[in-house]
Amino acid sequence: MAIDSIIFYFFAISTVLSAASVVTVRNPVHAALFLVLTFFTTACLWMLLEAEFLAITLILVYVGAVMVLFLFVVMMLDINIARLREGFIRFLPVGIALALIMFGLIYKVVSDNQFSLESMAAPVAKAADYSNTKELGKVLYTEYVFAFEIAAVILLVAIIAAISLTLRRRPGTRYQNPSEQMKVRKQDRLRIVKMEAEKQ
Amino acid sequence: MSIALNHYLVLAAILFSISIAGIIINRKNLIVLLMSIELMLLAVNLNFIAFSHFLNDLAGQVFVFFILTVAAAEAAIGLAILVVLFRNKQTINVADINEMKG
Repeated sequence: MAIDSIIFYFFAISTVLSAASVVTVRNPVHAALFLVLTFFTTACLWMLLEAEFLAITLILVYVGAVMVLFLFVVMMLDINIARLREGFIRFLPVGIALALIMFGLIYKVVSDNQFSLESMAAPVAKAADYSNTKELGKVLYTEYVFAFEIAAVILLVAIIAAISLTLRRRPGTRYQNPSEQMKVRKQDRLRIVKMEAEKQ
Repeated sequence: MSIALNHYLVLAAILFSISIAGIIINRKNLIVLLMSIELMLLAVNLNFIAFSHFLNDLAGQVFVFFILTVAAAEAAIGLAILVVLFRNKQTINVADINEMKG
């Protein structure tokens, strides 16, 4: 068995197990942590597929930002887990049946000989000085530059939407007014009083 | 015997099916629903990257880049809505959010 097969099966099995844990564990915090593990093992698989830049992006953006956001929200909200688990057993057979049907249908398509090694051979490994990031950047900033700009706008919209949704002005909060502070003059703060020196 | 494209496609299919089962069985818990959607997007991304590798075409990776961007934006807005919802109704149970039913 070749080394890449061993790596693939190891990470594939851990991806599937941790993904199954995400949807079945009781505690949402554990689910979020299992999702982190799923992202991590998938990033290793992407590394195996020579998509180094995206593998590292997945770790940085998903594990570093999105999952931390998830954990923040899960820990901030005081959730009654028992009530949310209602119907878990009742829907379990339906869920598994639907998943099996879905998997069967997709498997019928993808196990076709057209995707096997005979008809689509594995590409030769890239040279050691090949930079995936550089090649991706070349395509991204030339051919897909318009879509890239739109992605930037989407991120801006997401920032504004998230902040304006969760911003809450409480009455009675004390805060500084920078423009008032900047405009202050010496006369507003300081009063010089002339008085006689006191003699005993 | 090396790993073929089939292996990656089947793995992505398993991930996708798990997330569909997750959406059905955790239909009360909005947070786990959002996590299942993230898993689904991950399965799609795995397909894109596997095809990009085997077809030797970088366009698949560019698409994954954009999917990651949109998914991050979606997660941020979704969680913001979740926080506002919890602040106003003290619940994230999908069954309790029924004010707009026709």
